[in-house]
Amino acid sequence: MNRWHLWKRIIPLLMVFSLLLTGCSLVGQGSNPIDPKASVAEEQYGLILLSIGIMILVVIVVFALYFYAIVRYRRKPGDDSIPKQVEGSHKLEIIWTVIPMILLLILAVPSVALTFSQDEDYSDDPEVIQVKATGHQFWWEFEYSDLGIYTAQDLVLPVNQRVQFELTSSDVIHSFWIPAMGGKMDTNPGMTNLLYLDTPAEPEVLLGKCAEFCGESHALMDFKVKVVSQEEYDTWVANMQAPAAVVEADVKSGEELFKQNCMSCHAIDAGTPGLGPNLKGFADREVVAGYLEMTDGNIFEWIKKPEEFKGKTVEMPAIPLDDNQFNDIVQYLKTLKLE
Amino acid sequence: MDWLTTVDHKKIGILYFAAGGFFFIVGGIEALLIRLQLMFPMGANGESWFLTGQTYNEIMTMHGTTMIFLAAMPLIFGLMNAVVPLQIGARDVAFPFLNSLGFWTFFFGGVLLNISWFTGTVPDIGWTAYAPLSGSEFSGTGSDYYAIGLQIAGIGTLVGGINFLVTIINMRAPGMTFMRMPLFTWTVFITSGIILFAFPALAVGLIYITFDRLFDANFFVTATGGNAVLWEHIFWIFGHPEVYILILPAFGAISEILPTFARKRLFGYSSMVFATALIGFLSFMVWAHHMFTVGMGDIANALFGVATMLIAIPTGIKVFNWLFTIWGGKIQFTTAMLYATSFIPTFVMGGVTGVMLAIPPADFQFHDSYFVVAHFHYVIVGGIVLSLLAAVYYWWPKMFGRMLNETLGKWSFWLFFSGFHLTFFIQHFLGLWGMPRRVFTYLPNQGWDTANFVSTIGAFFMAAGVIVILLNVIISIKGPKAPADPWDGRTLEWSIASPSPEYNFKQLPLVRGLDAFWLEKMDGKKEMTPAEPLGPIHMPSASILPFFMSLGLFIAGFGFMYRGYEFDSAFINNLFGNNIIAICGLAITLVCMFLRSVYDDHGYHIEVEELQKEG
Repeated sequence: MNRWHLWKRIIPLLMVFSLLLTGCSLVGQGSNPIDPKASVAEEQYGLILLSIGIMILVVIVVFALYFYAIVRYRRKPGDDSIPKQVEGSHKLEIIWTVIPMILLLILAVPSVALTFSQDEDYSDDPEVIQVKATGHQFWWEFEYSDLGIYTAQDLVLPVNQRVQFELTSSDVIHSFWIPAMGGKMDTNPGMTNLLYLDTPAEPEVLLGKCAEFCGESHALMDFKVKVVSQEEYDTWVANMQAPAAVVEADVKSGEELFKQNCMSCHAIDAGTPGLGPNLKGFADREVVAGYLEMTDGNIFEWIKKPEEFKGKTVEMPAIPLDDNQFNDIVQYLKTLKLE
Repeated sequence: MDWLTTVDHKKIGILYFAAGGFFFIVGGIEALLIRLQLMFPMGANGESWFLTGQTYNEIMTMHGTTMIFLAAMPLIFGLMNAVVPLQIGARDVAFPFLNSLGFWTFFFGGVLLNISWFTGTVPDIGWTAYAPLSGSEFSGTGSDYYAIGLQIAGIGTLVGGINFLVTIINMRAPGMTFMRMPLFTWTVFITSGIILFAFPALAVGLIYITFDRLFDANFFVTATGGNAVLWEHIFWIFGHPEVYILILPAFGAISEILPTFARKRLFGYSSMVFATALIGFLSFMVWAHHMFTVGMGDIANALFGVATMLIAIPTGIKVFNWLFTIWGGKIQFTTAMLYATSFIPTFVMGGVTGVMLAIPPADFQFHDSYFVVAHFHYVIVGGIVLSLLAAVYYWWPKMFGRMLNETLGKWSFWLFFSGFHLTFFIQHFLGLWGMPRRVFTYLPNQGWDTANFVSTIGAFFMAAGVIVILLNVIISIKGPKAPADPWDGRTLEWSIASPSPEYNFKQLPLVRGLDAFWLEKMDGKKEMTPAEPLGPIHMPSASILPFFMSLGLFIAGFGFMYRGYEFDSAFINNLFGNNIIAICGLAITLVCMFLRSVYDDHGYHIEVEELQKEG
């Protein structure tokens, strides 16, 4: 009778947990720390697995003792007896002090080792690609310091290559994160941080994010990492370094408008940083503004009223043009392809 | 009027409960709005389905700030006020006037912060207010509300902490040595010590940020040579101990409730005391684990990582001691006990993810992801809120003299508890799947849509649980009167009437050991042996001064905030611009302080005849 009573209480609990565990079957997609695509993320994933293993062990032991105790030692109705007033047990207390110490040691040794090995600095290594990544409200600027290339939002890298990032910020604190390639590092204004990552073995497009809350459109500060074959990468570098091609006659008016209104901030050759995002190869980018599909409509809406997409902190000034003129600029921007 | 002037710790406890409970509801509504917004991903053209980014950030900031500073803190202080003097056999706290001042500064600080909802400039910088985002270049008056509101509220916490330190050191009943103190009192003692060291750090940080914002100083403004990371250090050297300020009294409450309803004394009392003190110490040694990704370098990261892991050891000692307290006992599952026992596995789940976060290379992936959100809600809601609710059900009869309804209590428990796990368990996975925290929306098809939907459903279960609790509180006003000792309690507070008389103990009790009242009951006595003859009892006078002192600070806060603001009216501009409002506010406070200093009030006595008349 009493046993039944008690199961009535355990069953809803078990139901809750089974519902929660269904969460495990859902698989995350896109850029994902537990689906590592490159060595740094893989090493970190190994530590994550080790720690999850130890923690599940601890949780199982505690849960077993706990459920046994609350099931076994319930007070029966009418039972007014007083249990033995136990003070404690030195033996038991020493056991549950020493065992966690051992578990923590097992965890601490590889943690410390990896903390040091992942903090290597490859800034002077000629084999390693050097990239300066700068966080802005709310976009990313990448400078390939050895190649003299500036670009924004799309980070192009070759496969199987180590990349040394030099991270900083132009305004507030952001955090540079490509989950599938490795952990994040903050970009602090007035300081530089170093972080190296390896690229995947196969060509992929990975999602990068800003992880530190940086204001109104923090959530929209995504970027794309295009990992391509070595040949494609070399071609891309050559194209970026080449001067811009002469535009066709039908977008001449767009080019004119762009030069008058946009050029003071947005460079279209990769050698110049510019105040706003560098637009060389703009039409090749995966998305507009880091998250919108690359369509004429989205480009149009975005350049016309950026503040409606990324909030009032976007510093792009209002441009006094009519819709046709905006359209001309869109047509011009679409010609900003490499090759 | 009585409530505005009271200096009685029990009434102040109730005031803290009322205000803290109110802010808990406000913070809870904000939480629901957050979850509602994240229920669905971004639309195809980038549109958000419910809130804009700006509004979301405001709600998110206020949710965190409100829950930590205006809900959890005051509820803990309410509990401290309601319980500690009774548990140590004292007639009041050491400084009743200061106690009242502490409440009113907290209250006016909280009100100031929330007035921002009505002036349209709400803090939008996260509860951590990282510079330079919180500087005047990147954020508006909302950040002033944050800095000044918390500054005023923080005074209350600091004086409260000092008050309880002195109370516990000086006012224990005869025979109550430190090692005979109930564990809740012990945890309050250690917590007060942490407050004493942690809150000045916050106060200094907030002064820096206020000076940066209002007087163009450059502590954190990088453009003029300040250091943004400095704020992170100052904030976390306060912020990390802060979570222990909250969780230790929660541990204490659990350590009172489990023995009572298992009818066994606490297992390993002295190791519990030792573990509490050790956690208090370690809480100051690990702040930089919030900053592994800041770029402190491998040595600092490794050091703070290992130091953080160490906290698992004293915490583990506590968990196993609790398990062995109920082991071999005769457990009675009242609502309070349901909450208290559910705390154990829930808190352990939050604790183990804490150790995972202490691994610096792994933290590079966890940091600022939903894994962290899941972790700290498991610790703060699963640890602090569950044990606070346990404590509320446990001590309610003593505080209000009425019993809460047990059936409703169990309903509220199951709704809240299942809703909690439904909301937050799945957020661990969201974090592992790469969802950053503090995002107001997210792109669809990243594998996050279902999990976010489920999480939001859970939040509504929690809300339903809270509504049942409110219902229970309302019903209890007309509920059955509480006996003096409804739970067969073990500590001194159960030896006097419910609610306790204003002087608490007619005669101070003589304490003969741990669980003093239980010892007497085991010897067949019905009440405590008195340690003194019946005599007149000295009582402090009520005073309105604390209320006006805090009101003065509140007005001054406004004055400073809007000193550089352009109003439509030249007159108002003049008042604020020339700091007239600010000076008036400070003057009110200073005059009150002057009055308090020059006017000697010795209080009054309750005479023996009166005591005898009451029985």
